[in-house]
Amino acid sequence: MSSTAPLPAAPASSSRMIQVLGGIAMLSGFLVVLTYQLTLPRIEENRQRAIERAVFQVLPGATTRRDFLVDDNGVRPASEGGSGTRVYAAYDADGRLKGIAAEAGARGYQDIVRILYGYDPACECITGFAVLQSTETPGLGDKIVKDAKFLANFPLDARLAADGKQLANAIVTVKHGSKTGPWQIDAISGATITSTAVGKGLNNSAQMLLPRLHPHVDQLKVQP
Amino acid sequence: MAGRKRDDTITADTFLEGIWRENPVFVMLLGMCPVLAVTNSVMNAIAMGVATTFVLIGSSTLVSLLRNVIPKQVRIATYIVIIATFVTIVDYIIQAISLDLYNALGAFIQLIVVNCIILGRAEAFASKNRPLKAIVSGLGMGAGFTIALLCLGSVRELLGSGTLLGFSVFGAQFEPWVVMILPPGGFFVLGAWLLLFNWLRERKTRLELKEETVHAR
Repeated sequence: MSSTAPLPAAPASSSRMIQVLGGIAMLSGFLVVLTYQLTLPRIEENRQRAIERAVFQVLPGATTRRDFLVDDNGVRPASEGGSGTRVYAAYDADGRLKGIAAEAGARGYQDIVRILYGYDPACECITGFAVLQSTETPGLGDKIVKDAKFLANFPLDARLAADGKQLANAIVTVKHGSKTGPWQIDAISGATITSTAVGKGLNNSAQMLLPRLHPHVDQLKVQP
Repeated sequence: MAGRKRDDTITADTFLEGIWRENPVFVMLLGMCPVLAVTNSVMNAIAMGVATTFVLIGSSTLVSLLRNVIPKQVRIATYIVIIATFVTIVDYIIQAISLDLYNALGAFIQLIVVNCIILGRAEAFASKNRPLKAIVSGLGMGAGFTIALLCLGSVRELLGSGTLLGFSVFGAQFEPWVVMILPPGGFFVLGAWLLLFNWLRERKTRLELKEETVHAR
């Protein structure tokens, strides 16, 4: 407004600027915290529901779940607290263990692709996966959940080696059309990077988790 | 808006300006980043439009209310703080409504902070007008932005996935034109809409000119 004036309007004193900026920052902080507090329960509920939906999707037939933590010392219910990798044991209507779901992630084309996969201790295989978070190219990267041929890679062999310290065969993503073993993932042509991310994520997580989890599977079978 | 004249009357034009004559996307070409990035489906376009409108109205109101308090030297910093506040609020609200939607929009919700429409309206309009007028104008601009996003989003979803709001339109035989939901498709569709708008505008001025010459005779 004063751009045409020869001299700028009397400059506001520094203390006034600080007052105004400080006041507005406080007002902003108040508004943000208020919204955070009001929306937190809903957001938590949404997250829980998203995980629950993903667990039941990767382990078809499951109706209830319990959370466990896995670390070097074994498996214990998540309700006991502490640290470790969180896994979700899912049970069918009769209370039988349908499988175990765990999170995995690896760098895709745009960002980390976070998936949840289901592990069936009976067949020692990965039954399927669901995408928790992905910013892959729509139409290409999201084929990993739609492409029937890609989904036919599952169940995926995830047997442990004789020494029980690692997988018998590392899970790898191979070029489209060159799959030879049940532990290999046939990539989608056109979404190779995302397919590789799924393979890498599954391998990293399974190599780390399954040797620790498998010896204690019986502990998960009993449902209180 | 011209000059120093204080005009507090709110007319239909205050609202309609943002939709047609000063449409932020088709006329002013502002905020191109979300326009090109999130318009790959109608749902994303609506969500982005509504979120931007909310931030626009919220920040316009606050800037307008505080316009006589804010020293000129720190006004831009103040506007950014106010805008960032409303963006954070919108961010939480969208997470509370639907995580799927939140994931689909990705980083573009946070990036509303740097959307030049909002800062531009705060600086050029809200800081010089009464709150009510600023709200009406913000609503108009937001509606114009949303309509523009919808124009792009519906065409891109229709051609790129063969669906509209998730419902299949062309049936199973349709082979989706995948490039349309990829970034290049955004440019193609935006270019086509701009062509149409400019042609309409040019035709209007040509007709007006013709009418004038007829009257002159």
